[in-house]
Amino acid sequence: MDAEATDFFAATFSIEEEDHTLANSLRFFLNKNPHVAFCGYSMPHPSEELVNLRVQTTGQVTAMQAVKAACEDLTQVCGHMRSTLGEAVARYKREHPEAPK
Amino acid sequence: MGKEKKKDGEAKLPKHLEIRRDYVTCGDKLNYNVNTVTSANTFAAMGVDNSWDLGEFKDNFQIVINKLTEEVMEFDMIGVDPAIANALRRILIAEVPTVAIEHVFIVNNTSIIQDEVLAHRLGLVPLLVPPHLFEPKVAEEAPSEKNTVVFKLDVTCRRKPDGSLENDKVLSESLTWLPTGSELPDETTCRFAAGQAHLFPDTASRPRAVHTDILLAKLRPGQTIQLEAHATKGIGKEHAKWSPVATAWYRLQPEVHMLQDVRADSDMGQELITTCPGLFEADPASGNLRANSARGHEMVLERLRRLLEQERYQAAVAYRKRKDHFIFTIESSGVLPPEELLAQALEALQDKARGLAEKL
Repeated sequence: MDAEATDFFAATFSIEEEDHTLANSLRFFLNKNPHVAFCGYSMPHPSEELVNLRVQTTGQVTAMQAVKAACEDLTQVCGHMRSTLGEAVARYKREHPEAPK
Repeated sequence: MGKEKKKDGEAKLPKHLEIRRDYVTCGDKLNYNVNTVTSANTFAAMGVDNSWDLGEFKDNFQIVINKLTEEVMEFDMIGVDPAIANALRRILIAEVPTVAIEHVFIVNNTSIIQDEVLAHRLGLVPLLVPPHLFEPKVAEEAPSEKNTVVFKLDVTCRRKPDGSLENDKVLSESLTWLPTGSELPDETTCRFAAGQAHLFPDTASRPRAVHTDILLAKLRPGQTIQLEAHATKGIGKEHAKWSPVATAWYRLQPEVHMLQDVRADSDMGQELITTCPGLFEADPASGNLRANSARGHEMVLERLRRLLEQERYQAAVAYRKRKDHFIFTIESSGVLPPEELLAQALEALQDKARGLAEKL
């Protein structure tokens, strides 16, 4: 990971060893942030493990803060999905005693 | 970035925009409104807030399991964006680790199957080895009890006195685990400081192939295969043999909506009932056609699409798919139960987000 600067309202983040999996998820949460004017990502080459994530904000937050917030959102969503999954599996096994333990 | 919980009485989207936001509309030749509306400000002019709201997500998000066996799980994942659903699918296929045979040391192979072909085949055999007990092996690292599981295959075909053949088929059940490591440490450079037996106290959990009946080779009398196979931990991104799933996929929830009243005894009503049996039925109270749940009627939905070539049907019936309702199927290779794979995939995605936040 190398960000160009920490106090920019527009920045391109080069994230190494990541691909669509993380970049597209972050793009979703960044676009959902009202302080982000633009967000998109690209992969310069399919055989290079690198994504470039472009973030431009409206000026209330820095690009760095916006990406951090998106990471936080994604972390919370995964946490909630894990607990929901645990409940759903427990409920299914309760209702279906024949299900594998 | 905290945001106040959405208030009651807040402006709502007009119905036609809500349908465009929430559904893909299936036409006869192509699907419409396939994009997801992500931007926080999309509906700002109408006073509708489209920004991220964790509370709203928690209120709407649901997982409903339809089927769960040792190998397959089908479930509905409702209230999530395709970006997240697809990230999970990608992680399941390519990034949840398993243990698979990586190095094969052939002592003797007089069968007709070539060494390299046999080695490749062995790599693809799913192994019942809990991946969390081992560390991934870095290329320059020496193989040890922490990163390698050693199997031996020693099979010779003989003709029995009664004329029948013994061991004419080499099956995956013949892969035998060596808890104390390689029997050829000089050749394989694999030396265990301690055995692995304590990791698997009960016989049933000992490392073996998931399926006992995978045909690896066929032998004729006198032919023999002797080899040692060293399994390591890896991920599907490196090689598909480490993928924990046969496949993992999702489709969107189909829904059929009536756009206008259609008399069940009219020409159109009769045509819909006969072309799409089970999907449409007469409502006894009103005498109009009623669309049942499209789930379970997937086979007739394509016939409905054919009818939608005619404009009068387009005006009466809509075939739509919900953009945030995924019917997810995970087919495990048998190495780990499918619900465990999904839990690990969620953990992996969370780790990615946390890892990036820390490096920023």
